[in-house]
Amino acid sequence: MRVGVDRDRCEDHGQCVFAAPGVFSFDDDENLLYDPAPPPGEAGAVAAAAAACPVRAVLVEGAP
Amino acid sequence: MSAAPDPVVVIGAGLAGLRTADALREQGYTGGLVLVGDEPDPPYDRPPLSKDVLTGRVPVSAADLPIPAGLDARTVLGRAAVRLDRAARTVLLNDGTELRYAGLVVATGAGAAPWPGPRTPGPGVHLLRGRRDAVALRAALLGGGPVLVAGAGFLGCEVASAARSMGLEVTLVARGGTPLESAVGARAGAFMAAVQADAGVDLRTGTAVAALPDRRGRVLLSDGTRVAARTVVLALGARPATDWLRGGGLLLDPKTGALLCDSRGRALDLRGDPVPDIVALGDAAAPPHPCPGPGTPSHLALGHWSGAVDRAAGAAAALLGAPPPREPVVPSFWSDQFGLRLRSVGVPGAADRAEVREHDPVRRRLEVVYLRGGRTVGALTVNRTSRLAGHRREIVRGLPGQEVSTDSGIGVGRQP
Repeated sequence: MRVGVDRDRCEDHGQCVFAAPGVFSFDDDENLLYDPAPPPGEAGAVAAAAAACPVRAVLVEGAP
Repeated sequence: MSAAPDPVVVIGAGLAGLRTADALREQGYTGGLVLVGDEPDPPYDRPPLSKDVLTGRVPVSAADLPIPAGLDARTVLGRAAVRLDRAARTVLLNDGTELRYAGLVVATGAGAAPWPGPRTPGPGVHLLRGRRDAVALRAALLGGGPVLVAGAGFLGCEVASAARSMGLEVTLVARGGTPLESAVGARAGAFMAAVQADAGVDLRTGTAVAALPDRRGRVLLSDGTRVAARTVVLALGARPATDWLRGGGLLLDPKTGALLCDSRGRALDLRGDPVPDIVALGDAAAPPHPCPGPGTPSHLALGHWSGAVDRAAGAAAALLGAPPPREPVVPSFWSDQFGLRLRSVGVPGAADRAEVREHDPVRRRLEVVYLRGGRTVGALTVNRTSRLAGHRREIVRGLPGQEVSTDSGIGVGRQP
């Protein structure tokens, strides 16, 4: 599974951080950080993060 | 020879209806699916309508919602539901069609609160709720100012922001002492009032529009002043679109009209018991209060975008008789205005105290935590989203245990 974030679309809603805290986080300068190749156990959380993003900026590719 | 089984009928082709239809398929429902929308347009998203669509930064088509692959739904657009017959399991549409259902999803959303006075508003007076409203208001704003926005909730503030960014003169009329006061309290409201003043908004607090524009385009406020306006926007709140359910044997909030439901989205009957074959979510629905406590209403219609998204899987599961999702639903909302990113979790309006943790007018940052009885029930940040996840965890820690029940639902068409 590969995870990406479209930085042109992202508006710091933070929904991905709520849905998949093991994959997405903010640093203290408001930069969104994420694991581009999360373990298969995060597949459900990543799918929830993609579904929760109001601007559809979370991209998921490949099977978990 | 047996007839085909009745489908799941989704009334409302907006975000809530579309997400629930998608969740039904995701959860293995293979039966018939009918999606009914009262507008002629295909499903669209509302948040851009009061922001980038108004300013023209994006075309209105940018608000279109993608139809999920494999939805396989029959879509009926431009038809509204007018009556529910629970005993017959039918919904009557305004073209006389009667739809039989095995399961029903109530996702009719809300409409803009209309002008409460006696006169009918003229062409210069706008409401903003739907896609066509946004197109009409954009055209009006292109005609130039001044603009008067009645109501300083999130919608009113976003419209004021859009109009100012187009260079128009804007008067914003707030009933409270600050903008956004009823949603996020006076401290955060004062922060936003300062932001709006910097942006050149003429903010009038503690007053309301008393009369529609006169023949010379002047609007009378309840404080006796008159304000010239070429365009007036009434941002006076939302009304759940549930008139079609009246007499249908379901429990509507007597004050707001929202359809009451349980934590899984199952609609409540007149005795307050959940019914197995009807679920409700989105702006038409009032689920149990997310942070219940003394003095809070039992049910609360918040009307947040995230509520429709977060509750879709649970509503679909309830309809199919599947166990509810384990994750609790924590409300969240956002607003982009005056170049700022307002982000919130929980229910700030349920607090008895607000604590400002960071207030930096230079970097335009704000962090407010909302507490009730010493427990976190909400948080709001401006340009400080990084702080929200921690507050959200605190809110979850204070929630009562999620109720667990696995009733049968409609029990149709679900594959193991």
